[in-house]
Amino acid sequence: MRRVAVAGVGFIPIKEYWDRSLQDLFAEAALKAVRDAGGTEVDSVYVSNMSGSLMQDQINLGALVADSLGKPGLPAVRVEAGTASGGVAFHEAVKAVASGYSDCVLVGGVEKMSDVLPEVATTAMVMSEEQEYTAYTGVTQAGLSAMLHRLYLDLYAEPAEVGMMAVKGHDHSVGCKHAQYPFRMSIDRAMDSPMEADPIHTMECSGVGDGAAALVLVPAGESGVEVAGSAVATDCCSLTTRNDPLVFDAVKRAAEKAYRMAKVKPGDVDLAEVHDDFTIDGVLSLEALGLAKQGEAAKLVAGNATDKDGKIPVNTFGGLKARGHPLGATGLYQVAEVTLQLRGAAGDHQVPGAEVGLAQSMGGVASVSAVNILRRFGK
Amino acid sequence: MRTLRQVGIVGYGAYVPMYRLNAAEINRMWGTSGAPVEEKSVVALDEDTVTISVECAKQAVKRAGIDPYQIGAVYVGTESKPYAVKPSGTIVAEAIGATPSVSTADYEFACKAGTEAMQTCIGLVGSGMQRYAMAIGADTAQGRPADALEYTAACGGAAFIFAERSAETVAYVEASYSYVTDTPDFWRRPKEMYPRHGNRFTGEPAYFKHITGATKGLLQETGYKPEDFKYAVFHQPNTKFPITVARSLGFSIDQINPGLVVGKVGNTYAGSSPMGLAATLDVAEPEERIFMVSYGSGGGSDAFIFTTQEALKDKRGGPKLGSYIDRKKNVDYATYLRHRGQIIQ
Repeated sequence: MRRVAVAGVGFIPIKEYWDRSLQDLFAEAALKAVRDAGGTEVDSVYVSNMSGSLMQDQINLGALVADSLGKPGLPAVRVEAGTASGGVAFHEAVKAVASGYSDCVLVGGVEKMSDVLPEVATTAMVMSEEQEYTAYTGVTQAGLSAMLHRLYLDLYAEPAEVGMMAVKGHDHSVGCKHAQYPFRMSIDRAMDSPMEADPIHTMECSGVGDGAAALVLVPAGESGVEVAGSAVATDCCSLTTRNDPLVFDAVKRAAEKAYRMAKVKPGDVDLAEVHDDFTIDGVLSLEALGLAKQGEAAKLVAGNATDKDGKIPVNTFGGLKARGHPLGATGLYQVAEVTLQLRGAAGDHQVPGAEVGLAQSMGGVASVSAVNILRRFGK
Repeated sequence: MRTLRQVGIVGYGAYVPMYRLNAAEINRMWGTSGAPVEEKSVVALDEDTVTISVECAKQAVKRAGIDPYQIGAVYVGTESKPYAVKPSGTIVAEAIGATPSVSTADYEFACKAGTEAMQTCIGLVGSGMQRYAMAIGADTAQGRPADALEYTAACGGAAFIFAERSAETVAYVEASYSYVTDTPDFWRRPKEMYPRHGNRFTGEPAYFKHITGATKGLLQETGYKPEDFKYAVFHQPNTKFPITVARSLGFSIDQINPGLVVGKVGNTYAGSSPMGLAATLDVAEPEERIFMVSYGSGGGSDAFIFTTQEALKDKRGGPKLGSYIDRKKNVDYATYLRHRGQIIQ
């Protein structure tokens, strides 16, 4: 396998783009990434997108986005793995360069949620669950995570400790130009907000937004940011068939493999971007990544360990809650943010001396997860 | 836009039915939370857009102190006409004694139908075609049960009689402006009972874009700044939107508070910003400038600048809008449904 490096990143602010299309958003982020890579000639394209088939009645995104780049003719394919689409697409793009099949891959994610009504967005989310067994009951994605949240509160933590996952994300988002909600939020505001699905408050949930993020991958040279480890894993779709519903096995398996590839331990990671679509999911992800012991992540977050200057800074640009969560694009925002950190180009969000960074995304209630570990060259 | 000869309001009236439905009652029914307004007005069993319009129109005629027979135009802006085909304006004109030498029509432009009628009346009087022209904005607004609109969709209206500017004028029109695009944020198809809407699409690209566009257009045309106005009225579909748009445009809460009636009345659709203007006229002093902007889905905004005159003090007798708002009786959800014809015998 060839070593792979990130040559360019590009993304747009996450917000509601009422007057722009899916391909407009993709093209802007993609062209920024290509420019960032020095205007290099891309030889293939991966596009991650979760719900274009429902929200825009649009499939065949590979051809659509290649055309939107003014490059019809390029091989281009859509990757879909629920809300893990971005992380999984990055993994596939890494494999394409590592294998030697491609020399310059553009991997971009795009999602446009503002085109649909809230009930359609809710339907889109639960489409990641097994229709014949789970989704048909009418349960929502928030409802499923709420069951885990309830169990976690019974066993391990206080509501406000889990809620701090959202508060800390907002703290980190202040000043972030691409964040959808770049402002501080108090724990009281989170705990006083209405219930989305008891015990998950509205202000513990990521919002609805449009966004696109892209990266250019090339064979690694002697400088820059390289991909140290990249892995994808799955788990039983239904929570009821898992050994312990509070253990995200897909995240755990992907993380273990990525750590092995990167030859690092969880303690070696300088920062992590984790999938906090709901506060409880962020908390359980930290535990599955080995960044906290089981049952201790909420307390870790409520302390200062995951702050920007803490032991393991988490969600340094705000995470899904504050930076935003445009579904299929989210995983690539995470990898792009890790890249900025390792380049030392994260501005006010910079984790001093960051050398190893991790991005974790997941789809369904962690029935699929991608863990990508990046490293500053020479470290 | 400016008229060839100066035009002003010589009489106005506003009306709110006496029944109220509190947001807590809607929350009780649907197990929901939140309250975009405190409570909203509900018609009595025998009230509709026409009866509301007549109440407003009669008060406007009385305050103007004119012979209604001299009114040459009666335009009703509404999206809740009692008849799909048959003008509401004819009934109103007949009821106030303006027929038969009168032009009437019903205007439809969602929530800005009332101010569109005002633009027309200003034009008719400004050109010299009519001596007196009456514009009414009134609605018995529809909102589907359990929809976000159910909290706010309310009943009420306001009427304004325009005439050439004179000592009798309570507030004259300095200039007006209209800002319109094709924006499908909210609509109701024929034979449908309730409007449909694009949720958050009704905010930034609809309400905020058009109100901001109209405001900036009129300020640019006249050279005024927000601080040149004593009062401002922005279309009020809920409490949050007018406050947010006012702040973003540089207007203060003090400027909009006197006309901000939505919290206790709800969103009276085509009656919304006209009622805000009426409430402002109820408290204004002579020689004060008022800025007013409506928003109608579909979508567009009409902006106006009025300046009050001495006659205002003598021409606002009878019940003020505030007294109609204070005169109220709260009803439960079932009674509300019955009054709105949503359950029938």
